[in-house]
Amino acid sequence: MATEVHNLQELRRSASLATKVFIQRDYSEGTICQFQTKFPPELDSRIERQLFEETVKTLNGFYAEAEKIGGSSYLEGCLACATAYFIFLCMETHYEKVLKKISRYIQEQNEKVFAPRGLLLTDPVERGMRVVSFLDVLYEGPEQPTSGVSGVACLAVCEATRKWAPPQGPPHRVPHITGHPPVISYPCCW
Amino acid sequence: MSVMVVRKKVTRKWEKLPGRNTFCCDGRVMMARQKGIFYLTLFLILGTCTLFFAFECRYLAVQLSPAIPVFAAMLFLFSMATLLRTSFSDPGVIPRALPDEAAFIEMEIEATNGAVPQGQRPPPRIKNFQINNQIVKLKYCYTCKIFRPPRASHCSICDNCVERFDHHCPWVGNCVGKRNYRYFYLFILSLSLLTIYVFAFNIVYVALKSLKIGFLETLKETPGTVLEVLICFFTLWSVVGLTGFHTFLVALNQTTNEDIKGSWTGKNRVQNPYSHGNIVKNCCEVLCGPLPPSVLDRRGILPLEESGSRPPSTQETSSSLLPQSPVPTEHLSSNEMPEETSTPEEIPPPEPPEPPQEVAEAEK
Repeated sequence: MATEVHNLQELRRSASLATKVFIQRDYSEGTICQFQTKFPPELDSRIERQLFEETVKTLNGFYAEAEKIGGSSYLEGCLACATAYFIFLCMETHYEKVLKKISRYIQEQNEKVFAPRGLLLTDPVERGMRVVSFLDVLYEGPEQPTSGVSGVACLAVCEATRKWAPPQGPPHRVPHITGHPPVISYPCCW
Repeated sequence: MSVMVVRKKVTRKWEKLPGRNTFCCDGRVMMARQKGIFYLTLFLILGTCTLFFAFECRYLAVQLSPAIPVFAAMLFLFSMATLLRTSFSDPGVIPRALPDEAAFIEMEIEATNGAVPQGQRPPPRIKNFQINNQIVKLKYCYTCKIFRPPRASHCSICDNCVERFDHHCPWVGNCVGKRNYRYFYLFILSLSLLTIYVFAFNIVYVALKSLKIGFLETLKETPGTVLEVLICFFTLWSVVGLTGFHTFLVALNQTTNEDIKGSWTGKNRVQNPYSHGNIVKNCCEVLCGPLPPSVLDRRGILPLEESGSRPPSTQETSSSLLPQSPVPTEHLSSNEMPEETSTPEEIPPPEPPEPPQEVAEAEK
Protein backbone atom coordinates (compact mmCIF):
# COMPACT_ATOMS: atom_id res chain seq x y z
CA MET A 1 0.00 0.00 0.00
CA ALA A 2 2.81 2.41 0.88
CA THR A 3 4.52 1.60 -2.41
CA GLU A 4 1.33 2.22 -4.29
CA VAL A 5 0.77 5.58 -2.67
CA HIS A 6 4.38 6.38 -3.38
CA ASN A 7 3.83 5.49 -7.03
CA LEU A 8 0.77 7.65 -7.20
CA GLN A 9 2.58 10.65 -5.80
CA GLU A 10 5.47 10.06 -8.10
CA LEU A 11 3.15 9.83 -11.04
CA ARG A 12 1.42 13.01 -10.07
CA ARG A 13 4.69 14.81 -9.62
CA SER A 14 6.01 13.59 -12.92
CA ALA A 15 2.68 14.22 -14.56
CA SER A 16 2.74 17.79 -13.39
CA LEU A 17 5.88 18.29 -15.41
CA ALA A 18 4.44 16.72 -18.46
CA THR A 19 2.37 18.11 -21.23
CA LYS A 20 -1.30 17.96 -20.70
CA VAL A 21 -4.13 18.27 -23.11
CA PHE A 22 -7.50 19.43 -21.91
CA ILE A 23 -10.78 18.66 -23.56
CA GLN A 24 -13.22 21.42 -22.72
CA ARG A 25 -16.91 21.29 -22.12
CA ASP A 26 -19.39 21.54 -24.94
CA TYR A 27 -22.24 23.86 -23.97
CA SER A 28 -24.21 23.65 -27.18
CA GLU A 29 -26.87 21.52 -25.50
CA GLY A 30 -27.19 23.79 -22.50
CA THR A 31 -25.74 23.35 -19.06
CA ILE A 32 -25.69 19.55 -19.08
CA CYS A 33 -22.27 17.98 -18.78
CA GLN A 34 -20.92 17.19 -22.23
CA PHE A 35 -17.38 17.31 -23.56
CA GLN A 36 -16.22 18.35 -26.97
CA THR A 37 -15.64 15.50 -29.35
CA LYS A 38 -13.34 17.57 -31.53
CA PHE A 39 -10.06 15.68 -31.89
CA PRO A 40 -7.16 17.73 -30.49
CA PRO A 41 -4.16 17.91 -32.83
CA GLU A 42 -1.76 17.11 -29.98
CA LEU A 43 -3.13 13.58 -29.81
CA ASP A 44 -2.66 13.00 -33.49
CA SER A 45 0.28 10.63 -33.26
CA ARG A 46 -0.84 8.97 -30.05
CA ILE A 47 -4.30 7.54 -30.44
CA GLU A 48 -6.73 6.94 -33.21
CA ARG A 49 -9.32 9.59 -33.80
CA GLN A 50 -12.14 7.09 -33.68
CA LEU A 51 -10.99 5.72 -30.36
CA PHE A 52 -10.84 9.17 -28.86
CA GLU A 53 -14.28 10.07 -30.13
CA GLU A 54 -15.71 6.82 -28.89
CA THR A 55 -14.31 7.42 -25.41
CA VAL A 56 -15.59 10.98 -25.20
CA LYS A 57 -18.98 10.00 -26.59
CA THR A 58 -19.29 7.20 -24.04
CA LEU A 59 -18.45 9.63 -21.26
CA ASN A 60 -21.01 12.07 -22.62
CA GLY A 61 -23.55 9.27 -22.67
CA PHE A 62 -22.88 8.50 -19.04
CA TYR A 63 -23.29 12.12 -18.01
CA ALA A 64 -26.49 12.40 -20.01
CA GLU A 65 -27.76 9.36 -18.14
CA ALA A 66 -26.83 10.91 -14.82
CA GLU A 67 -28.59 14.17 -15.60
CA LYS A 68 -31.58 12.63 -17.34
CA ILE A 69 -34.84 14.20 -16.25
CA GLY A 70 -37.46 11.51 -16.20
CA GLY A 71 -39.71 9.40 -14.06
CA SER A 72 -37.04 7.92 -11.84
CA SER A 73 -35.36 11.24 -11.09
CA TYR A 74 -38.71 12.81 -10.23
CA LEU A 75 -39.52 9.91 -7.98
CA GLU A 76 -36.19 10.24 -6.24
CA GLY A 77 -36.70 13.98 -5.84
CA CYS A 78 -40.20 13.67 -4.47
CA LEU A 79 -39.28 10.89 -2.09
CA ALA A 80 -36.34 12.89 -0.84
CA CYS A 81 -38.51 15.96 -0.38
CA ALA A 82 -41.10 13.96 1.53
CA THR A 83 -38.43 12.80 3.97
CA ALA A 84 -37.00 16.33 4.28
CA TYR A 85 -33.92 15.02 2.46
CA PHE A 86 -32.90 12.83 5.37
CA ILE A 87 -33.04 9.88 3.04
CA PHE A 88 -29.85 11.08 1.38
CA LEU A 89 -28.00 10.34 4.58
CA CYS A 90 -28.43 6.65 3.89
CA MET A 91 -29.07 6.44 0.18
CA GLU A 92 -26.90 7.26 -2.77
CA THR A 93 -28.32 9.52 -5.44
CA HIS A 94 -28.67 8.30 -9.00
CA TYR A 95 -26.06 10.83 -10.07
CA GLU A 96 -23.50 9.43 -7.66
CA LYS A 97 -24.13 5.91 -8.86
CA VAL A 98 -23.47 6.99 -12.42
CA LEU A 99 -20.33 8.85 -11.37
CA LYS A 100 -19.04 5.62 -9.88
CA LYS A 101 -19.77 3.87 -13.17
CA ILE A 102 -17.84 6.56 -14.97
CA SER A 103 -14.91 6.11 -12.62
CA ARG A 104 -14.85 2.39 -13.30
CA TYR A 105 -15.11 2.96 -17.02
CA ILE A 106 -12.18 5.39 -16.99
CA GLN A 107 -10.15 2.93 -14.97
CA GLU A 108 -10.93 0.20 -17.46
CA GLN A 109 -10.09 2.36 -20.42
CA ASN A 110 -6.80 3.32 -18.88
CA GLU A 111 -5.85 -0.26 -18.19
CA LYS A 112 -6.84 -1.62 -21.54
CA VAL A 113 -6.54 1.17 -24.02
CA PHE A 114 -4.62 4.23 -22.91
CA ALA A 115 -1.85 3.01 -20.63
CA PRO A 116 -0.38 0.77 -23.36
CA ARG A 117 -0.18 3.92 -25.46
CA GLY A 118 1.50 5.82 -22.66
CA LEU A 119 -1.50 7.93 -21.85
CA LEU A 120 -3.65 8.51 -18.82
CA LEU A 121 -7.16 9.91 -18.69
CA THR A 122 -8.34 11.97 -15.72
CA ASP A 123 -11.77 11.73 -14.24
CA PRO A 124 -13.48 15.08 -14.92
CA VAL A 125 -14.80 15.14 -11.36
CA GLU A 126 -11.28 15.94 -10.21
CA ARG A 127 -11.32 19.10 -12.24
CA GLY A 128 -14.77 20.24 -11.22
CA MET A 129 -16.37 18.73 -14.34
CA ARG A 130 -14.72 21.41 -16.42
CA VAL A 131 -12.34 19.35 -18.51
CA VAL A 132 -11.24 15.87 -19.38
CA SER A 133 -7.49 16.01 -19.23
CA PHE A 134 -4.78 13.91 -20.77
CA LEU A 135 -1.50 13.53 -18.95
CA ASP A 136 1.84 12.10 -19.87
CA VAL A 137 3.09 8.95 -18.27
CA LEU A 138 6.80 9.23 -17.73
CA TYR A 139 8.38 5.87 -17.74
CA GLU A 140 10.64 5.04 -14.85
CA GLY A 141 12.58 2.00 -15.88
CA PRO A 142 11.76 -1.62 -16.29
CA GLU A 143 9.53 -3.29 -13.77
CA GLN A 144 6.95 -5.95 -14.04
CA PRO A 145 3.65 -4.47 -14.91
CA THR A 146 1.39 -4.47 -11.92
CA SER A 147 -2.31 -5.02 -11.96
CA GLY A 148 -2.69 -1.91 -13.98
CA VAL A 149 -3.95 1.54 -13.46
CA SER A 150 -6.75 2.00 -11.03
CA GLY A 151 -8.23 4.81 -9.06
CA VAL A 152 -7.42 8.17 -10.52
CA ALA A 153 -6.47 7.91 -14.15
CA CYS A 154 -4.65 10.62 -15.97
CA LEU A 155 -4.34 10.55 -19.68
CA ALA A 156 -1.19 12.20 -20.79
CA VAL A 157 -0.19 13.32 -24.19
CA CYS A 158 3.28 14.16 -25.20
CA GLU A 159 3.98 17.05 -27.47
CA ALA A 160 5.41 16.05 -30.77
CA THR A 161 8.60 17.96 -30.02
CA ARG A 162 9.17 16.35 -26.65
CA LYS A 163 12.05 13.94 -26.40
CA TRP A 164 10.26 10.83 -25.41
CA ALA A 165 11.13 7.46 -26.70
CA PRO A 166 8.42 4.89 -27.10
CA PRO A 167 8.92 1.85 -24.91
CA GLN A 168 11.46 -0.61 -26.13
CA GLY A 169 12.85 -3.81 -24.79
CA PRO A 170 11.71 -4.81 -21.34
CA PRO A 171 8.13 -4.17 -20.43
CA HIS A 172 7.63 -0.74 -19.07
CA ARG A 173 6.06 -0.12 -15.78
CA VAL A 174 2.50 0.93 -15.81
CA PRO A 175 2.18 2.97 -12.68
CA HIS A 176 -0.08 1.39 -10.20
CA ILE A 177 -2.25 4.15 -9.00
CA THR A 178 -4.22 3.38 -5.96
CA GLY A 179 -4.87 5.04 -2.74
CA HIS A 180 -6.25 8.22 -4.09
CA PRO A 181 -9.95 7.99 -3.77
CA PRO A 182 -11.88 8.91 -6.86
CA VAL A 183 -15.41 10.17 -6.69
CA ILE A 184 -16.47 7.00 -4.89
CA SER A 185 -15.36 8.38 -1.58
CA TYR A 186 -16.87 11.83 -1.98
CA PRO A 187 -19.40 12.69 0.68
CA CYS A 188 -22.92 11.87 -0.22
CA CYS A 189 -24.66 14.80 -1.89
CA TRP A 190 -24.31 17.18 1.10
CA MET B 1 14.02 3.92 26.86
CA SER B 2 11.24 6.41 26.20
CA VAL B 3 8.93 5.82 23.35
CA MET B 4 7.78 8.86 21.47
CA VAL B 5 4.34 8.56 20.01
CA VAL B 6 3.81 11.08 17.30
CA ARG B 7 0.42 11.53 15.77
CA LYS B 8 0.46 12.17 12.07
CA LYS B 9 -1.86 15.03 11.27
CA VAL B 10 -4.05 14.40 8.30
CA THR B 11 -4.69 17.50 6.23
CA ARG B 12 -7.94 17.53 4.38
CA LYS B 13 -8.57 19.47 1.22
CA TRP B 14 -11.04 21.87 2.79
CA GLU B 15 -8.25 23.40 4.84
CA LYS B 16 -6.53 24.55 1.68
CA LEU B 17 -9.48 25.56 -0.44
CA PRO B 18 -9.30 29.14 -1.72
CA GLY B 19 -12.30 31.37 -1.35
CA ARG B 20 -13.88 32.96 1.68
CA ASN B 21 -15.85 30.10 3.16
CA THR B 22 -15.85 28.67 6.63
CA PHE B 23 -15.91 24.95 7.20
CA CYS B 24 -17.10 23.04 10.21
CA CYS B 25 -17.20 19.42 11.33
CA ASP B 26 -13.94 18.64 9.53
CA GLY B 27 -15.20 19.81 6.17
CA ARG B 28 -18.70 18.39 6.28
CA VAL B 29 -20.30 21.81 6.70
CA MET B 30 -19.63 24.71 4.35
CA MET B 31 -20.86 28.25 4.88
CA ALA B 32 -20.01 31.84 4.10
CA ARG B 33 -17.86 33.81 6.48
CA GLN B 34 -20.51 36.18 7.80
CA LYS B 35 -22.91 34.08 9.81
CA GLY B 36 -24.47 36.71 12.07
CA ILE B 37 -27.71 37.09 10.15
CA PHE B 38 -28.00 33.31 9.88
CA TYR B 39 -27.91 33.07 13.67
CA LEU B 40 -30.62 35.72 13.76
CA THR B 41 -32.77 33.63 11.40
CA LEU B 42 -32.28 30.60 13.62
CA PHE B 43 -33.09 32.59 16.72
CA LEU B 44 -36.27 34.06 15.26
CA ILE B 45 -37.60 30.72 14.04
CA LEU B 46 -36.65 28.77 17.15
CA GLY B 47 -37.78 31.51 19.51
CA THR B 48 -41.15 32.06 17.89
CA CYS B 49 -41.91 28.37 17.59
CA THR B 50 -40.84 27.68 21.15
CA LEU B 51 -43.23 30.34 22.41
CA PHE B 52 -45.98 28.98 20.20
CA PHE B 53 -45.56 25.40 21.40
CA ALA B 54 -45.19 26.44 25.01
CA PHE B 55 -48.23 28.68 25.27
CA GLU B 56 -50.75 28.72 22.48
CA CYS B 57 -50.47 25.09 21.48
CA ARG B 58 -51.29 23.82 24.96
CA TYR B 59 -54.53 25.74 24.98
CA LEU B 60 -55.50 25.05 21.38
CA ALA B 61 -54.72 21.34 21.55
CA VAL B 62 -57.24 21.02 24.35
CA GLN B 63 -59.83 23.44 23.07
CA LEU B 64 -59.75 22.65 19.38
CA SER B 65 -57.68 19.70 18.24
CA PRO B 66 -54.40 17.98 19.07
CA ALA B 67 -53.60 17.98 15.37
CA ILE B 68 -52.73 21.66 15.58
CA PRO B 69 -49.39 21.29 17.38
CA VAL B 70 -48.62 18.12 15.42
CA PHE B 71 -48.94 19.89 12.09
CA ALA B 72 -47.03 22.88 13.42
CA ALA B 73 -44.24 20.56 14.55
CA MET B 74 -44.06 18.95 11.11
CA LEU B 75 -43.83 22.33 9.40
CA PHE B 76 -41.24 23.50 11.91
CA LEU B 77 -39.05 20.42 11.47
CA PHE B 78 -39.31 20.58 7.69
CA SER B 79 -38.33 24.24 7.54
CA MET B 80 -35.43 23.71 9.94
CA ALA B 81 -34.18 20.73 7.94
CA THR B 82 -34.32 22.65 4.68
CA LEU B 83 -32.74 25.72 6.26
CA LEU B 84 -29.82 23.69 7.55
CA ARG B 85 -29.46 21.92 4.22
CA THR B 86 -29.36 25.24 2.41
CA SER B 87 -26.90 26.78 4.80
CA PHE B 88 -24.53 23.89 5.23
CA SER B 89 -24.24 22.47 1.75
CA ASP B 90 -22.01 23.33 -1.15
CA PRO B 91 -24.07 25.58 -3.44
CA GLY B 92 -22.25 24.30 -6.51
CA VAL B 93 -18.86 25.92 -6.20
CA ILE B 94 -16.66 25.42 -9.24
CA PRO B 95 -13.11 24.62 -8.14
CA ARG B 96 -10.49 26.98 -9.47
CA ALA B 97 -8.32 25.91 -12.36
CA LEU B 98 -5.04 24.29 -11.48
CA PRO B 99 -1.97 26.06 -12.89
CA ASP B 100 -1.61 23.65 -15.80
CA GLU B 101 -5.20 24.08 -16.88
CA ALA B 102 -5.02 27.85 -16.44
CA ALA B 103 -1.88 27.96 -18.58
CA PHE B 104 -3.56 25.85 -21.27
CA ILE B 105 -6.53 28.21 -21.37
CA GLU B 106 -4.20 31.23 -21.52
CA MET B 107 -2.47 29.69 -24.50
CA GLU B 108 -5.78 29.16 -26.22
CA ILE B 109 -6.85 32.73 -25.55
CA GLU B 110 -3.61 34.10 -26.91
CA ALA B 111 -3.92 31.91 -29.95
CA THR B 112 -7.40 33.30 -30.57
CA ASN B 113 -6.76 36.94 -29.78
CA GLY B 114 -3.13 37.24 -30.71
CA ALA B 115 -0.42 38.73 -28.52
CA VAL B 116 -1.27 42.08 -27.00
CA PRO B 117 1.50 44.71 -27.01
CA GLN B 118 2.79 45.80 -23.64
CA GLY B 119 0.82 48.55 -22.01
CA GLN B 120 -2.34 47.92 -23.95
CA ARG B 121 -5.43 46.62 -22.22
CA PRO B 122 -6.18 43.12 -23.47
CA PRO B 123 -9.60 42.56 -25.01
CA PRO B 124 -12.27 41.14 -22.72
CA ARG B 125 -12.16 37.39 -22.61
CA ILE B 126 -15.39 36.05 -23.91
CA LYS B 127 -16.34 32.86 -25.69
CA ASN B 128 -19.56 32.57 -27.62
CA PHE B 129 -21.66 29.44 -27.64
CA GLN B 130 -24.93 28.72 -29.25
CA ILE B 131 -27.47 27.08 -26.98
CA ASN B 132 -30.89 26.29 -28.43
CA ASN B 133 -30.44 28.90 -31.14
CA GLN B 134 -29.42 31.61 -28.69
CA ILE B 135 -25.92 33.00 -28.57
CA VAL B 136 -24.69 32.73 -25.01
CA LYS B 137 -21.49 34.45 -23.94
CA LEU B 138 -19.14 32.69 -21.57
CA LYS B 139 -17.04 35.09 -19.57
CA TYR B 140 -13.57 34.41 -18.30
CA CYS B 141 -13.21 34.59 -14.52
CA TYR B 142 -9.90 36.22 -13.63
CA THR B 143 -10.02 34.94 -10.07
CA CYS B 144 -10.79 31.33 -10.83
CA LYS B 145 -8.97 31.32 -14.17
CA ILE B 146 -11.74 29.52 -15.98
CA PHE B 147 -14.38 30.28 -18.52
CA ARG B 148 -17.52 30.27 -16.44
CA PRO B 149 -20.16 27.77 -17.58
CA PRO B 150 -23.47 29.28 -18.65
CA ARG B 151 -25.55 30.55 -15.72
CA ALA B 152 -22.54 30.46 -13.41
CA SER B 153 -21.44 33.62 -11.67
CA HIS B 154 -18.69 34.66 -9.31
CA CYS B 155 -19.87 35.52 -5.83
CA SER B 156 -17.71 38.34 -4.53
CA ILE B 157 -18.73 37.66 -0.93
CA CYS B 158 -17.61 34.05 -0.96
CA ASP B 159 -15.01 34.60 -3.70
CA ASN B 160 -16.09 31.50 -5.61
CA CYS B 161 -17.66 30.80 -8.96
CA VAL B 162 -20.97 29.09 -8.33
CA GLU B 163 -22.94 27.09 -10.87
CA ARG B 164 -26.42 28.34 -11.67
CA PHE B 165 -25.77 31.19 -9.28
CA ASP B 166 -29.00 32.61 -7.87
CA HIS B 167 -27.91 35.03 -5.17
CA HIS B 168 -25.96 35.24 -1.94
CA CYS B 169 -28.42 35.05 0.92
CA PRO B 170 -27.18 36.45 4.25
CA TRP B 171 -30.25 35.02 6.00
CA VAL B 172 -29.08 31.49 5.31
CA GLY B 173 -25.40 32.43 5.48
CA ASN B 174 -24.52 30.89 2.13
CA CYS B 175 -24.79 31.32 -1.62
CA VAL B 176 -27.83 29.85 -3.31
CA GLY B 177 -26.83 27.97 -6.42
CA LYS B 178 -27.40 24.83 -8.40
CA ARG B 179 -27.01 22.36 -5.56
CA ASN B 180 -29.02 24.04 -2.86
CA TYR B 181 -31.62 26.06 -4.73
CA ARG B 182 -34.37 23.49 -4.16
CA TYR B 183 -33.61 23.42 -0.44
CA PHE B 184 -33.75 27.20 -0.36
CA TYR B 185 -37.06 27.26 -2.19
CA LEU B 186 -38.57 24.62 0.07
CA PHE B 187 -37.26 26.50 3.08
CA ILE B 188 -38.94 29.77 2.15
CA LEU B 189 -42.10 27.92 1.14
CA SER B 190 -42.32 25.98 4.39
CA LEU B 191 -41.39 29.07 6.38
CA SER B 192 -44.20 31.01 4.69
CA LEU B 193 -46.65 28.26 5.58
CA LEU B 194 -45.31 28.08 9.12
CA THR B 195 -45.55 31.85 9.53
CA ILE B 196 -49.10 31.94 8.22
CA TYR B 197 -49.98 28.98 10.42
CA VAL B 198 -48.53 30.47 13.59
CA PHE B 199 -50.00 33.87 12.85
CA ALA B 200 -53.45 32.45 12.17
CA PHE B 201 -53.52 30.27 15.27
CA ASN B 202 -52.28 33.09 17.44
CA ILE B 203 -55.26 35.12 16.29
CA VAL B 204 -57.55 32.17 16.94
CA TYR B 205 -56.04 31.72 20.39
CA VAL B 206 -56.48 35.36 21.30
CA ALA B 207 -60.02 35.34 19.97
CA LEU B 208 -61.02 32.19 21.84
CA LYS B 209 -59.43 33.17 25.08
CA SER B 210 -60.73 36.75 24.91
CA LEU B 211 -64.27 35.38 24.82
CA LYS B 212 -63.63 33.83 28.20
CA ILE B 213 -61.37 36.21 30.07
CA GLY B 214 -61.21 39.35 27.94
CA PHE B 215 -58.67 40.68 25.52
CA LEU B 216 -56.33 42.49 27.89
CA GLU B 217 -56.28 39.61 30.35
CA THR B 218 -55.33 37.25 27.55
CA LEU B 219 -52.42 39.42 26.58
CA LYS B 220 -51.31 39.74 30.18
CA GLU B 221 -51.42 35.98 30.66
CA THR B 222 -49.39 35.18 27.56
CA PRO B 223 -47.35 38.26 26.60
CA GLY B 224 -45.40 36.10 24.18
CA THR B 225 -48.40 36.16 21.89
CA VAL B 226 -47.82 39.83 21.09
CA LEU B 227 -44.22 39.15 20.21
CA GLU B 228 -45.16 36.21 18.01
CA VAL B 229 -47.81 38.17 16.18
CA LEU B 230 -45.41 41.02 15.53
CA ILE B 231 -42.64 38.74 14.25
CA CYS B 232 -45.05 36.79 12.09
CA PHE B 233 -46.60 39.91 10.69
CA PHE B 234 -43.32 41.35 9.48
CA THR B 235 -42.00 38.00 8.35
CA LEU B 236 -45.14 37.36 6.35
CA TRP B 237 -44.68 40.32 4.09
CA SER B 238 -41.08 39.53 3.29
CA VAL B 239 -41.01 35.74 3.17
CA VAL B 240 -44.34 35.22 1.44
CA GLY B 241 -43.39 37.84 -1.11
CA LEU B 242 -40.05 36.17 -1.63
CA THR B 243 -41.72 32.78 -2.05
CA GLY B 244 -44.01 34.25 -4.69
CA PHE B 245 -41.05 35.75 -6.51
CA HIS B 246 -39.11 32.50 -6.48
CA THR B 247 -42.17 30.55 -7.60
CA PHE B 248 -42.26 32.86 -10.58
CA LEU B 249 -38.57 32.24 -11.23
CA VAL B 250 -38.93 28.46 -10.90
CA ALA B 251 -41.87 28.43 -13.30
CA LEU B 252 -39.76 30.21 -15.88
CA ASN B 253 -36.50 28.39 -15.03
CA GLN B 254 -34.65 31.63 -14.30
CA THR B 255 -32.28 32.67 -11.58
CA THR B 256 -32.47 35.83 -9.45
CA ASN B 257 -29.17 36.86 -11.01
CA GLU B 258 -30.58 36.60 -14.54
CA ASP B 259 -33.75 38.38 -13.52
CA ILE B 260 -31.88 41.31 -12.01
CA LYS B 261 -29.51 41.59 -14.95
CA GLY B 262 -32.43 41.32 -17.33
CA SER B 263 -30.79 38.56 -19.32
CA TRP B 264 -34.02 37.20 -20.76
CA THR B 265 -36.34 40.20 -20.65
CA GLY B 266 -36.93 39.94 -24.34
CA LYS B 267 -34.96 42.90 -25.60
CA ASN B 268 -33.39 41.94 -28.93
CA ARG B 269 -35.78 38.98 -28.79
CA VAL B 270 -33.50 37.04 -26.47
CA GLN B 271 -35.42 34.17 -24.95
CA ASN B 272 -34.40 32.00 -22.05
CA PRO B 273 -32.80 28.97 -23.72
CA TYR B 274 -32.98 26.90 -20.54
CA SER B 275 -36.74 27.07 -20.17
CA HIS B 276 -38.73 24.10 -21.43
CA GLY B 277 -41.60 26.38 -22.30
CA ASN B 278 -43.83 24.47 -19.91
CA ILE B 279 -44.36 25.57 -16.30
CA VAL B 280 -44.76 22.06 -14.97
CA LYS B 281 -41.62 20.82 -16.71
CA ASN B 282 -39.63 23.78 -15.43
CA CYS B 283 -40.82 23.23 -11.87
CA CYS B 284 -40.06 19.53 -12.07
CA GLU B 285 -36.59 20.14 -13.39
CA VAL B 286 -35.67 22.76 -10.83
CA LEU B 287 -37.21 21.09 -7.80
CA CYS B 288 -37.13 17.39 -8.58
CA GLY B 289 -34.33 17.08 -11.09
CA PRO B 290 -31.17 15.05 -10.50
CA LEU B 291 -28.92 16.42 -7.79
CA PRO B 292 -25.24 16.62 -8.78
CA PRO B 293 -22.82 15.86 -5.96
CA SER B 294 -20.25 18.37 -4.82
CA VAL B 295 -17.06 18.42 -6.89
CA LEU B 296 -15.07 20.11 -4.17
CA ASP B 297 -14.06 16.93 -2.34
CA ARG B 298 -13.74 18.84 0.91
CA ARG B 299 -12.91 15.78 2.96
CA GLY B 300 -10.33 14.33 0.63
CA ILE B 301 -6.91 13.91 2.17
CA LEU B 302 -4.10 15.97 0.77
CA PRO B 303 -1.08 13.90 -0.18
CA LEU B 304 2.10 14.57 1.77
CA GLU B 305 4.86 16.60 0.16
CA GLU B 306 7.73 14.46 -0.86
CA SER B 307 11.01 16.23 -0.39
CA GLY B 308 13.73 13.76 -1.27
CA SER B 309 12.87 10.14 -0.90
CA ARG B 310 11.11 10.22 2.41
CA PRO B 311 8.50 7.48 2.41
CA PRO B 312 5.06 8.40 3.67
CA SER B 313 5.28 6.02 6.61
CA THR B 314 8.02 8.02 8.31
CA GLN B 315 6.73 9.69 11.39
CA GLU B 316 7.70 13.25 12.06
CA THR B 317 6.35 16.03 14.11
CA SER B 318 2.97 16.96 12.81
CA SER B 319 3.74 20.58 12.09
CA SER B 320 6.31 19.76 9.46
CA LEU B 321 3.92 17.74 7.34
CA LEU B 322 3.16 20.33 4.75
CA PRO B 323 1.12 18.82 2.00
CA GLN B 324 1.84 19.80 -1.53
CA SER B 325 -0.73 18.72 -3.98
CA PRO B 326 -2.28 19.49 -7.32
CA VAL B 327 -5.22 20.96 -5.46
CA PRO B 328 -5.25 24.71 -6.08
CA THR B 329 -3.75 25.99 -2.89
CA GLU B 330 -2.05 29.04 -4.27
CA HIS B 331 -3.57 32.32 -3.43
CA LEU B 332 -3.86 34.42 -6.50
CA SER B 333 -1.57 37.36 -6.77
CA SER B 334 -3.02 40.77 -6.26
CA ASN B 335 -1.79 42.20 -9.52
CA GLU B 336 -3.83 39.98 -11.78
CA MET B 337 -6.40 41.40 -14.15
CA PRO B 338 -9.26 42.86 -12.19
CA GLU B 339 -12.74 41.44 -12.45
CA GLU B 340 -15.40 43.43 -14.19
CA THR B 341 -16.90 45.82 -11.70
CA SER B 342 -19.34 44.06 -9.46
CA THR B 343 -22.40 45.73 -8.11
CA PRO B 344 -21.80 45.85 -4.39
CA GLU B 345 -24.66 44.81 -2.15
CA GLU B 346 -27.22 45.36 -4.83
CA ILE B 347 -30.59 45.75 -3.20
CA PRO B 348 -33.60 45.12 -5.41
CA PRO B 349 -36.34 47.74 -5.50
CA PRO B 350 -38.76 47.32 -2.60
CA GLU B 351 -41.70 45.87 -4.48
CA PRO B 352 -43.91 43.26 -2.86
CA PRO B 353 -42.40 40.28 -4.66
CA GLU B 354 -38.85 41.44 -3.98
CA PRO B 355 -38.13 42.04 -0.34
CA PRO B 356 -35.34 44.49 0.35
CA GLN B 357 -33.44 42.14 2.63
CA GLU B 358 -32.31 39.85 -0.16
CA VAL B 359 -28.85 40.70 -1.37
CA ALA B 360 -28.14 39.56 -4.87
CA GLU B 361 -24.49 39.61 -5.75
CA ALA B 362 -24.29 39.98 -9.46
CA GLU B 363 -21.57 40.91 -11.82
CA LYS B 364 -22.33 42.82 -14.89
